[in-house]
Amino acid sequence: MDKPVLQINNLTTSIGRGGDRVVPVSNVSFQIRQDETMALLGESGCGKSMTALSIMRLLPPSAEITDGDIMLEQSHLLDLSERAMRAERGGRVGMIFQEPMTSLNPVMTVGRQIGEAVKLHDADNRKRVMERVEELLDDVGIPDPARRMHEYPHQLSGGMKQRIMIAMALAGRPRLLIADEPTTALDVTIQAQVLQLMKQLQQQTGMAILLITHDLGVVAEVADRVGIMYAGEIVETADVADFFSQPRHPYSQRLFEALPTPQKRNRPLQAIEGQVPPLNAEFGGCRFVDRCPYAQTLCREQIPQWRGDQNSGYRCHFEDAGSSDAVATEEFELAEESIQGDTRAQALLDVTDLKVWFPIRKGVFHRTVGHVRAVDGVDLNLSTGKTLALVGESGCGKTTAGKGILQLIRPTAGSVMFNGEELTQLKGRALRKRRADIQLIFQDPASSMNPRMTVEEIIAEGLVVQGVGREQRQLRIAEILDQVGLPGDAVGRYPHEFSGGQRQRIAIARALILEPQLIICDEPTSALDVSVQAQILNLLKELQQQRQISYLFITHNLAVVSYLADDVAVMYLGRIVEQGSVEQILDEPLHPYTQALLSAVPVPDPDSKREVIRLQGDMPSPANPPSGCYFHPRCPQAMDECRRSYPAGREMDDGRRLSCHLV
Amino acid sequence: MISRLLSALITLLGVITLVFFLIHFIPGDPVEYILGDSARPADRNALRLQLGLDQPLLQQYSSYLINLLSLDLGRSLHSNQSVTALLAERFPATLELALAAFLIAVTIAVPLGVMAARRRGTAWDSSAMTMSLLGVSIPNFWLGPMLILLFSLWLGWTPVSGREQAGSLILPAITLGASLSAVLARMVRSTLLEVLNEDYIRTARAKGLKESSVIWRHALMNAMLPVVTLLGLQLGALLAGAVITETVFSWPGIGSLLIESIQKRDYPLVQGCVLLVAVSYLLINTTTDLLYQLLDPRIRTP
Amino acid sequence: MKQWIAMAILLLWIAAALLEPLLPISPDEIHLPAILAAPSADFWLGNDGLGRSVAERLIAGARIAFVVAFSTVLVSALAGTVIGAVSGYVGGALDHFISRVIDIMLAFPGILLAIALAAILGPGIENLIIAISSVGWVGYARLARSQAMSLRTREHITAAIALGSGQGRIVFRHLLPLMMAPLLVEASFGIAAVIVAEAGLSFLGLGVQPPQASWGSMIREGAGFLLVAPHLAIFPGIAIMLVVLSANLLGDWMRDRLDVRQNM
Repeated sequence: MDKPVLQINNLTTSIGRGGDRVVPVSNVSFQIRQDETMALLGESGCGKSMTALSIMRLLPPSAEITDGDIMLEQSHLLDLSERAMRAERGGRVGMIFQEPMTSLNPVMTVGRQIGEAVKLHDADNRKRVMERVEELLDDVGIPDPARRMHEYPHQLSGGMKQRIMIAMALAGRPRLLIADEPTTALDVTIQAQVLQLMKQLQQQTGMAILLITHDLGVVAEVADRVGIMYAGEIVETADVADFFSQPRHPYSQRLFEALPTPQKRNRPLQAIEGQVPPLNAEFGGCRFVDRCPYAQTLCREQIPQWRGDQNSGYRCHFEDAGSSDAVATEEFELAEESIQGDTRAQALLDVTDLKVWFPIRKGVFHRTVGHVRAVDGVDLNLSTGKTLALVGESGCGKTTAGKGILQLIRPTAGSVMFNGEELTQLKGRALRKRRADIQLIFQDPASSMNPRMTVEEIIAEGLVVQGVGREQRQLRIAEILDQVGLPGDAVGRYPHEFSGGQRQRIAIARALILEPQLIICDEPTSALDVSVQAQILNLLKELQQQRQISYLFITHNLAVVSYLADDVAVMYLGRIVEQGSVEQILDEPLHPYTQALLSAVPVPDPDSKREVIRLQGDMPSPANPPSGCYFHPRCPQAMDECRRSYPAGREMDDGRRLSCHLV
Repeated sequence: MISRLLSALITLLGVITLVFFLIHFIPGDPVEYILGDSARPADRNALRLQLGLDQPLLQQYSSYLINLLSLDLGRSLHSNQSVTALLAERFPATLELALAAFLIAVTIAVPLGVMAARRRGTAWDSSAMTMSLLGVSIPNFWLGPMLILLFSLWLGWTPVSGREQAGSLILPAITLGASLSAVLARMVRSTLLEVLNEDYIRTARAKGLKESSVIWRHALMNAMLPVVTLLGLQLGALLAGAVITETVFSWPGIGSLLIESIQKRDYPLVQGCVLLVAVSYLLINTTTDLLYQLLDPRIRTP
Repeated sequence: MKQWIAMAILLLWIAAALLEPLLPISPDEIHLPAILAAPSADFWLGNDGLGRSVAERLIAGARIAFVVAFSTVLVSALAGTVIGAVSGYVGGALDHFISRVIDIMLAFPGILLAIALAAILGPGIENLIIAISSVGWVGYARLARSQAMSLRTREHITAAIALGSGQGRIVFRHLLPLMMAPLLVEASFGIAAVIVAEAGLSFLGLGVQPPQASWGSMIREGAGFLLVAPHLAIFPGIAIMLVVLSANLLGDWMRDRLDVRQNM
């Protein structure tokens, strides 16, 4: 068997000094071989990025590597002088980052930025830097490289920028590529392109890849082996196939159970309660003990030993704890009943031809020279007690549509009927009164709260503005806190004292206290880890069962949709291309965009050999949509007719609505 | 580009209008204010005629604008010379002083700011920042006399005042440049620190670049963009500071002319001085604005 | 540490300014036998060209500086904040007009317009305050406007609107409290700037008139006796520097503290 490209032994990294000292990476060991992709998977703050930066020796000034050994092929990286280490960075080790948008120097052409790496690390090509840059751009699939190399980062799309980053890393012909969440900031269709490019480059060069991610789907898609990190430690290492068929560590098992899937629709997700322990103290026992359902006294008193070898094993006192334990199948109460009871559910929200256009103004006199058609004729309907998911990639207009429905942005045209009342005509006091019935939850709970207000003031605000008296308010607050699972003493504290998941509970409480009939949820779990996401999804589902609330769920996360939604509307460039029941859309998509979108989502199952439908290029600008069908320039099946006219929305035999010339 | 220039033109018109109205802000009758209570009625009428105050306001304004187009700013009440000629005579001295001060400031501030940012949190950083805070806090009408006391009176190295002798530029330029250099050093440090936190700096390091290349090629290029904009504003502050510095050192520029004409209640000349400084300032700002657009590819290219 | 020294100096200054009328001092009293006396046990900081006590005149000057600084900052901060916040929050044609006015005001470099106004309005404390305020509000307006514009799109405002809050509640409960912190920092720097402006105008003979004592006019008078009695120019300069330095330090300190809070 060939020697590993990267071998890490007992790596420990700490940040800060004295009482503020935390140890984000603790005793981490693993190896990666040639041609191999190793994924380091974990939730935020588990130490996976710190591990990567330790390998590069690019830690922040306050951090230091206190113990361990990092071997790249024959060299001990930690023993190298800074000068020798510089030759390795961008040479034998390349790295790409999560945010391609901000990771490139905005005032330098991309060609020059790649050229720098060529000059530093590619002695053979030092005489012909620009030719080499062009070759590299061609290798990473940038069309028209001779022209593109003279452009600046802002002229390129997010996916292209990540390709540029990859080209820069490739310039030094790396033996190891470290990719830190390389596709997290990208849309799924672009993610599929980038992941495939990495795979293909690996086949050509034989480089080893260390892939840092939080997404089990991405792991299943591209990794050969996986290391699971929790609270600074690796708790399990395994071949991907073994890991997905039988995760051994209780934390790994819980991660799978917390994933939303269609099969779990009628029961709560198994959320991992509690939080990651603080990393500023010595551990006397297992780090997962407080959140582990199988924890025993031993787990608190003794640090568990590693079972197995470095390539396959886990850190637990018990062999296969919990794997024989049948997963709890507690059903939602009322679940069956509600499904039967509302075959003819009452229509709550009926949106017709909604348009939200933003004027583009230019010049000294701010003349309107055009419009950004953020929402360009959207029809939606939603019944009481149901969840409609509005799905689409970033920039498709889904958030603006939500705001237009809420009248937070006044629609340019169209009708929003809520309970038989036309919202677009409501003004002033009448509108403010009606707002109590439609509430809103945001992606980032932190910025959605006034940092100068206590939790009590935040939650009570709706009651105050709707004129509810003080005593009544206090009763309702206590009740609602209990319902969303917050401690009663939360009232006097400020939002920054809470974790992300708890803050989202506060936001839900604020929306809920007005007893709305409809809540518009705008990516409410996108900023949360899977384990916390499960808690919030459970809460939302439970509240719906109890109160018959309707949700308009705006998201790009199709796994969440499959678990939560009753109906799905797919949005592209300001318009709905397909709308139907969740089974219709997810299982038998008819619109080519829906099909491509679904095929691009990585599935957490290494055996699923799905065919990814790769879309060409990027989404066009909503200021200047294409002629005919907005999707035709990227559609693999476009016909002449598609270039000429936008397909009218039609009701299909199975009840879904579709806008496509093909069907 | 064109809309920027148009916008600057509108601002210019606003500035001209405001300067025109300055004289009308005088409480009561300007003529009485300028000549005093004891003036003869004939003199008053003559002055009123000369200032055009006998005409309706709108007509005064339009003839002011028309005269401005031919660079006619009226005549000095005191010497009866053309205001334009007086300004032209004094302006080069102010320009010389401002440029010298600017050069001194930039030469000191940029290396100081870069050093403080690179050695953040060290004694180097804190002493540089203490120095610059002192520089910001010492007013130039005090720094000037103190420098005269030390270098001219006690040490006898430099001339006390005026512009004729060799070396007379040194002290005024230092006085005027000191606070700008302090402000600039702080600015360079803070923008550089901000830029050093950017993701693309990490990318540059991950590429294996030397720290000095990271700073000079990647960080400073980006840090200079906001600094250029602020430089324009600071250069304007320099022009205003010149009023005081010139008075301290009897430097024969626009600033001392302004103060002299204020003391003589020579309002056409006051108007002329204010207008000239304001217009130069606007010109500098518009130029830096355009420079910024040339430097920043995000604005330059679509 | 630094900020405590700064606060102590500022408190000392404010105390001197407030207590000045109660103190047994006579800053305008001419004492011809002791003209230009050097600092000594009898005359703490020496005497000026008319034999007046420099120490007592410094205290009198502290009061002038205090009155001008606080009233100017109060007037310009209030006016500027209201104008800027309304402009930024309401937007549209009003905002367009106000930002044009701000642009024009900003087209006059620093103190130039204040010099021109002070010259035209004539000397006196009230005119000094009017002259500096009519220039000073612009900075606060610009800050408040940009604050209001960025806060307006913050989600907590959207959430408050979605709950049914009216305009008044949005502005007073959700907008202004969050704008206060940066404005407070700006006001602290503003105190420093106004002290320099007042002293500068008085130095030019456009502010406080003789025989009243101002730190700026004391430097002006002292500049005439630089060789024979340097203390006349040195001490008022030190007074200005200490107070201005302290106000700047305090502003720096508050700004750093506030940044920590914003990273919630």
